[in-house]
Amino acid sequence: MNFRNVPARMGALAAVAAIAFSACTGGGASPSASAGASGATGTLPSPASSGNLEIFSYWTAGGEAQALAAVEKVFNEQYPNIKITNAVVAGGAGSNANAVLAQRMQANNPPDTFQIHGGAELLDNWVNTNYMQPLTQLYQQQGWMDKFPKQLIDLVSHNGAPYAVPLDVHRNGVLWYNKAIFTQNNLQPPTTWDQFFQVADQLKAKGITPLALGDKDQWESLQLFEDILLSTLGPADYRSIWTGGFSWTDPKVTQALQTMSKVIGYVNNDHATLTWDQADGLVMQGKAAMNIMGDWAKGYFEANGWKPNQDFGWAPAPGTTGDFIVVTDTFGMPKNIKDPGQTIAWLQTLGSVKAQEAFNPIKGSVCARLDCSPSVFDAYSQSSMQDFAKDQLVPSEANGPASIPAFLTPITTAIAQFVNDPNVQSTQSTIAAACKSSGACSQ
Amino acid sequence: MRSRVLTIVLLAPAVLASLVFVYLFIAWTFYASLTSWNSVRPLNGILPDFPLVGFANYQTLFATARFWPNDVFNTAVFTVTFIVVSVAIGLLLSILLDQRIRGEGFFRNVFLLPMALSFVVTGTIWAWIFNPNTGINQLLDPLGINALREWLLSLSPLTPLWDLLDFLRIDILRPGLTTDSRSALGAVVVAATWQMSGFVMAMLLAGLRGIPEELREAARVDGASERQIYVHVVLPQLRPVLVSVVVILGYISLKIFDLVFVMTRGGPGTATDFPSIFLFVSAFQSQLWGLAATIAIVMLVVSAIVVIPYMWSQLRSEGRA
Repeated sequence: MNFRNVPARMGALAAVAAIAFSACTGGGASPSASAGASGATGTLPSPASSGNLEIFSYWTAGGEAQALAAVEKVFNEQYPNIKITNAVVAGGAGSNANAVLAQRMQANNPPDTFQIHGGAELLDNWVNTNYMQPLTQLYQQQGWMDKFPKQLIDLVSHNGAPYAVPLDVHRNGVLWYNKAIFTQNNLQPPTTWDQFFQVADQLKAKGITPLALGDKDQWESLQLFEDILLSTLGPADYRSIWTGGFSWTDPKVTQALQTMSKVIGYVNNDHATLTWDQADGLVMQGKAAMNIMGDWAKGYFEANGWKPNQDFGWAPAPGTTGDFIVVTDTFGMPKNIKDPGQTIAWLQTLGSVKAQEAFNPIKGSVCARLDCSPSVFDAYSQSSMQDFAKDQLVPSEANGPASIPAFLTPITTAIAQFVNDPNVQSTQSTIAAACKSSGACSQ
Repeated sequence: MRSRVLTIVLLAPAVLASLVFVYLFIAWTFYASLTSWNSVRPLNGILPDFPLVGFANYQTLFATARFWPNDVFNTAVFTVTFIVVSVAIGLLLSILLDQRIRGEGFFRNVFLLPMALSFVVTGTIWAWIFNPNTGINQLLDPLGINALREWLLSLSPLTPLWDLLDFLRIDILRPGLTTDSRSALGAVVVAATWQMSGFVMAMLLAGLRGIPEELREAARVDGASERQIYVHVVLPQLRPVLVSVVVILGYISLKIFDLVFVMTRGGPGTATDFPSIFLFVSAFQSQLWGLAATIAIVMLVVSAIVVIPYMWSQLRSEGRA
């Protein structure tokens, strides 16, 4: 999910050349997004039973690649005569892949189906620009409308029509804590920011860094801020602030920034040099007590021999109990693809319980469907499944994004600078101005 | 006549390739920088289907605090300190090696070796070295390095100097170099200098060896001291080499990306942000292709300002020769 891998990211530079190059070679193709498309009327082809299928994803590392392979196995049991080609673009939590995808889509050479975060990344880049087929018919045929949570379907829908099938769900904004430290000091995981500051003061007095932060890549700070923002605004206003429905100049945003600047006083002093996993490493070494991170942190803890509920515990980020920040990977169907029948077969499989149960335990995520069997999951994922079924689902800017991509860089920069130099007034006005000028607030 | 045709035939592939893959793409990037191509849309033919907006992207760029003044300031400070420190160290090393010392070949290779590394490796190593909570800093602390550092920072006559260095973000006496915006740029300069000083040394050493021994002999006969020989005889002779060194270091620093990206990602905040990093983020995270193209063109123009006069003078001197 978020294994932002530095050397791999460099590959994006090569992608620049690739874009320019294909702009030349693909020159003859006619622009097509609006021209194509039986899809507008909503009739989808029926699943094909043989042929080729090209999947485009950036799942190349360990568990991710194994999880995808598990789904491909389920698919090939059902459709043995469809040959899958996996067009992977490694690294960068998808930033490399996104560059290549943007180039292929714009040059009218779309992959049959591609992996994309639900939310604005799907909707603003590809759905609003008329590149994708609506999947309403597939959802109805498969009876999916009540199998996925409504708020999750909303994250992949435009004008009431779903455009992608969610495969997995990660939870962002989880408070991870070192159980030994909490037991020794007789502490409870904080459920509000006020409690957080009390706990943090006690830890600080013992010489333990209360909160580990690794914001070398800058999105980690943004993620911490969005957790605080969610706790201050509540789910409804939080959801609408990313699209201009709630004002960035509101006093509640000021309050969130003030809380943030106070929280920064409790983090490790070398946060700017660490990545998120190194921050979790501080928690494992007992140098820090807590870390707020998406649930891919669980994978890091377990890979290093830590056991859930014994060595590490978890809770929603302070003040966000009852809210669930969703990061979901989905697959959709572009217009003008070579193999529509095979793609429908693939999407049908992805939405099935069998595929989701095969994929998610390996990936460390939970099913996007609500009816997976808890027994195939570990203790953390079981608790996450319960929350996912009943909580308010909200998007993540740092890992989604929740807004249009043009707003992501200015807000990330503003928050990164804020961590370094906590000036509430100027940060708030910078973000508000960027929201307007990027177009995120005028939707 | 035949050889002329042959020359054209042999050169044609290279000329064509650079016309297409260098100059055509520069032109294409410039065109992209004039469009509002700041989201995803289908291509229209070979060019993005976006209206021309004149220099609007350039206006946006220079109205963005991250670029102007921040990135421009960082680039200027980095370029100047990087060149001055690298040349100073390189010059010193080359003069020392020029004394015909024993084991010269060994030292020459030792000093040159960092250049064989990739900036990515250098960046990773120095990021570890500079981390305040790990490794080398914990080893150095018992030796009194920290006490010395704090003592220097507390000297009141030097306060204006520290303030200036703080302002320039190169005050490398501050603790936790890469975690403090007052020193982070200095940390990057240290890493870059470590890598490139050996290169400067090699260039200057070659230059020194090219100075005829007779000139020094003559100066000695006239009663000049060793210092005077270096200042008045050797350095003026080194000028052409020095110009080449400064130009090469100059364009390395103007387009620096990998070292900074690996070391600090432009942080803390935007204290070590450079146009190249801003370009990367604009293009690949925010899909602001028009804006990214604009940054690329601005970087090209600035590099050209450094390189073109140099190439001009080189071509002219070759013409004369």
